[in-house]
Amino acid sequence: MHPVRKQRLLVVLFILGFSTLAVGLVAYGLRGNINLFFPPADIVAGKAPLGQPIRMGGMVVEGSVIRSEDSLRVQFDVTDYAATVTAVYVGILPDLFAEGQGVVTAGVLDGQGVLQASEVLAKHDENYMPPEVAEALQKSAGAGS
Amino acid sequence: MWSFFHKLGSPPWLYAISGKILQWLLPVTLLLLAVGAVWGLLYAPADFRQGNSYRIIFVHVPASVVALAGYYVMATAGAISLIWKMKMADVAMRSCAPIGAALTFLALLSGAVWGKPTWGTWWIWDARVTSMLVLFFLYVGVISLYEAFDNEVAAARACAVLSLVGTVNIPIIYKSVDWWYSLHQPASIKFTEESSMHSDMLAPLLLMIVAFYCLFICSLLLYMRGEILRREGTTHWVRKLLLDAGDAHAV
Repeated sequence: MHPVRKQRLLVVLFILGFSTLAVGLVAYGLRGNINLFFPPADIVAGKAPLGQPIRMGGMVVEGSVIRSEDSLRVQFDVTDYAATVTAVYVGILPDLFAEGQGVVTAGVLDGQGVLQASEVLAKHDENYMPPEVAEALQKSAGAGS
Repeated sequence: MWSFFHKLGSPPWLYAISGKILQWLLPVTLLLLAVGAVWGLLYAPADFRQGNSYRIIFVHVPASVVALAGYYVMATAGAISLIWKMKMADVAMRSCAPIGAALTFLALLSGAVWGKPTWGTWWIWDARVTSMLVLFFLYVGVISLYEAFDNEVAAARACAVLSLVGTVNIPIIYKSVDWWYSLHQPASIKFTEESSMHSDMLAPLLLMIVAFYCLFICSLLLYMRGEILRREGTTHWVRKLLLDAGDAHAV
């Protein structure tokens, strides 16, 4: 290879390496802040600030959803299978909100450790299948237990 | 191999060969797009939780995948242009930017349309969505940086450096859903294990991804041909080409 081109190749490799290093360090420095939400375990451990807007993400516990009879108030537990935190929300839930499904809620933690939610978003998982297949899976799981 | 590389640097050769490739690739692309779209949108089964709204995946995922791959094409062309000072590499880099920007915009737009009914919001500042927005700005940045220079050699060098620096964003976009907690779901198509998507949905999706790759190559070649003609407009071979075309019409 021509020496001048070799030198330019080194410059290209330097640009790639240096920018990767710089961005890597920034991402490492901000590693906590890039996460969209806290899992309930971190909230129970006291890692999330009280009285400030935060987001919590996890699975809605089966059978924990309590809807109010005369308002849009709804209460549910969110778990990451290590800890559970209760959330209270007044408003319309997204279509995919369901027990046993992923959810991301934004709100403020009160003194009792309950998340007073101002926004509830459904977190979809990566599984896609036709309804018949889902039904068959559920049936075989029921027969097995 | 080197003679092929040198031929790539010749505008008349590239113009001629791209014309021949487009002649058959363009119909193949249109056919793949039509079959994939009809199969995915009409014949693939509905999802057990999302119903029909999941069908946006047949546009969203191919557009995102090719937008990411297209960035590597642009950055590789930029590296070749820096090292070998090859003008046709400049043309390729310049042509990738608007196509990549369009695909990234399509991915963001289709994601927003899907996110509103599914997540409950059309925009969220999570790692995946934000890094995809950065990719859009990188593409737009290359376009505007190119236009900001009067001297094409200086413009090519600046754009090559920008596109090389931006490559660090591509693995970040790809791995963002695994490295951090995000609202965006992890990938359904997996290379090392079975995909978490039913094969009746996966097949049209893979077909659409292939179709979008072909669409990218077609658009890139078409854009490059236009760019070659613009740059070489005063040369002998372009005049001859135009005169021949004129004769053909006259007959």
